Amino acid sequence: MADPGRKNRRLNRPLLAGALVAAITAAALTPSSTTLALGNRPLLSPAGGLLGPAGGTAAAPEAMLAQTLIAIAGARFDVALAEIDKVLNQHPNFRLAHLIKGDLLMARTRPIGDIGAAPNAPSDRIADLRDEARARLVRHTHERPVNRIPRNLLQLTPDQRHVFVVDTSKYTLYVFENDNGTPRYIADYYTTIGRNGIEKLREGDKKTPLGVYHVTGNLPREQLNRTYGNLSALYGDGAFPINYPNEWDRRRGRNGHGIWLHGVPFDTYSRPPRASDGCVALTNEDLLAIAKHVQVGVTPVIIAEGIDWVDAGSAKATRESLQRTLDEWRRDWESRDTDRYLRHYSAEFTSGKQDLAAWARQKRSINAAKSWIKVGIDGVSMFLYPGNDDLAVVTFNQDYASSNVSNKMRKRQYWQRENGQWRIVHEGAA
Amino acid sequence: MTFKSAAARLAAIAVCLGLAAPAFAQADELQEAQQLLKQGQTDRAMERVEQFLKTRPKDARGRFLRGILLTEQNKPAEAIRVFTELTQEYPELPEPYNNLAVLHASQGQYDKARAALEMAIRTHPSYATAHENLGDIYAKMASQAYDKALQLDRNNQAAQTKLNLIRDLFTGAPRPPKIAAAKAEPAKPAPAAAAAAKPAPAAVAAAPAVAATTAVAAKPATTVKEPAKPAAAANSEDAVLKAVEAWASAWSGNDVSAYLARYAPDFKTPDGEPRAAWEADRKAKVAKPRKISVRIESPKVSFADANRATVTFRQHYQSNTFKASANKTLVMIRSGNQWLIQEERIGG
Repeated sequence: MADPGRKNRRLNRPLLAGALVAAITAAALTPSSTTLALGNRPLLSPAGGLLGPAGGTAAAPEAMLAQTLIAIAGARFDVALAEIDKVLNQHPNFRLAHLIKGDLLMARTRPIGDIGAAPNAPSDRIADLRDEARARLVRHTHERPVNRIPRNLLQLTPDQRHVFVVDTSKYTLYVFENDNGTPRYIADYYTTIGRNGIEKLREGDKKTPLGVYHVTGNLPREQLNRTYGNLSALYGDGAFPINYPNEWDRRRGRNGHGIWLHGVPFDTYSRPPRASDGCVALTNEDLLAIAKHVQVGVTPVIIAEGIDWVDAGSAKATRESLQRTLDEWRRDWESRDTDRYLRHYSAEFTSGKQDLAAWARQKRSINAAKSWIKVGIDGVSMFLYPGNDDLAVVTFNQDYASSNVSNKMRKRQYWQRENGQWRIVHEGAA
Repeated sequence: MTFKSAAARLAAIAVCLGLAAPAFAQADELQEAQQLLKQGQTDRAMERVEQFLKTRPKDARGRFLRGILLTEQNKPAEAIRVFTELTQEYPELPEPYNNLAVLHASQGQYDKARAALEMAIRTHPSYATAHENLGDIYAKMASQAYDKALQLDRNNQAAQTKLNLIRDLFTGAPRPPKIAAAKAEPAKPAPAAAAAAKPAPAAVAAAPAVAATTAVAAKPATTVKEPAKPAAAANSEDAVLKAVEAWASAWSGNDVSAYLARYAPDFKTPDGEPRAAWEADRKAKVAKPRKISVRIESPKVSFADANRATVTFRQHYQSNTFKASANKTLVMIRSGNQWLIQEERIGG
């Protein structure tokens, strides 16, 4: 429904739309300002200029929405309306697009001062949609991480084909592909997180946890329907549970359960940036897109507040120091010299209910009964913990053989850097 | 902004055109038709106009008046055709565009209405009626967009009252049948207003509250006697439930025409889509599946007034391909001795 370029708009539109323009321009073009017309709340910080040129795979509807806002900022209202109609043609349930369309039309009848000028509308819903507008604009304008990776990604195993990294401060889930050991950015998606924000502590706090997790299950739509019936409509096209609370969360007394990546109800295209009970929600279309990459039990999901983007090569030093230490630990274990072996463990070490003293006692008695030990390690992944550069999660296949016992397992260790030395603070089956 | 009903605006144009061309030869018949229209004698007016058009089939004023009369006779499709042809042959005239817009708006087709009004303004930049109508269309479209954005429940009384101002723009309240319409507007200086008053109502998905009040307003014209309340309520409840059962059974029997016949002419399509599109969709869904069974469980009826009821129930649907249960709400209106569905919603 393009609007032929007409000159004679008699309505007080230029005046009125001016306010809308101001609001949107402020949002789009001055991301560093601390307050602006968009609800007088600070914007998210920009990408920080670290990243490569823009042009990743911003989802098409979001790009079109952003085009609309940019057209409004340029006072090209007919273009804006045509653009927003395109969005709505494709996504009739895109509520934010409806809101902007309403504004574009309303601006032709009376002055409006902000996004969401619906008269007497519920203020919480307007606020939600304004938040989404802000989040999506920031997402659209920030640069895509070409040749950059999150600092957290130290090493992927060969069978981890993809890794998901959620930046809660940008309401974005990034997908990286494992390109012969080097993570390469392939896409990013708008996400909804917990309505009370991040750092989940306990059951029911409606917060999204920060940490290193793995996908533990796959619940496609039919499965959700069978298991949860009508209630499952909330999860849309599918869900991928992750292992919150992980070992580190439990160690710190965090609880709660059922943190998933999932879709959105079918009556909406997307949800506001902060709306879930702690889960990470994506549009159904985006959920299905990442579903192709999910390997249950394998795919890592790292949830961080803000991402430190670094050159892919810069992980090397940390990775090698960890790899060296891991290898020493392995050889010291094989040596059956329990003291040498125990020097790799932190005073804060725990494993299940055991503290370091109990662990040491047990190892001494076991080692004493053996004439030889062989430990093989492969399939090693390493991630720096979000928000803590001195904590690394190392997961590997352990092939243990000894004079009296052998076993194979996948093991996970949390290594903490203490005075420049990596030490194990937690160890257990992965 | 002052909001006149769109219908009134359409009418005003009819008058202007009628009066603007008194000097034409053979205008007598047209003037007579105009006069009959004023008196509410639409059918006779139409006879005159058609007679006139036999000799002068291309006459713009005659065709324009015919368009007005078709609108009055509640034949929007034909009226749209007439005005569309006029816009094609006389693109410089703003009035046919304007009326076309009013008709499109009455069908809920705001995009088309908007396009037509923009053409009217392009031909006559200072054409106030078109500007005013266009403003209303924008407001109406904005209001629709906001409803979708905010998931406003149109039946939430509070939210809906707040937005009434905007919805009112175009909803010229539904009027009682013709004669009543003529009487309803005795004070109107422009007599043709009454004539044009009718299409607008069919028109716009009036907000429930508006519809409710108009239903009340319409009552004197349609129901003369008001039987004792309790008895009436009991009877009505029975009648409403029968209508719901008939609807379910038509659906269960794949009987598309019986099924569609249960919907009122001003049924509000769920997404505001055109009636035809909705019907096409329903036809497919009602006719195609095999072994449809629609079961109504624990229906509850409440009356807004004697002619308007809301029924909520649990609907159990099953077919060879699909099975679902949901709470459903039907808003029913009385039309003669029948209860017809005006709104159908999941939930409630």
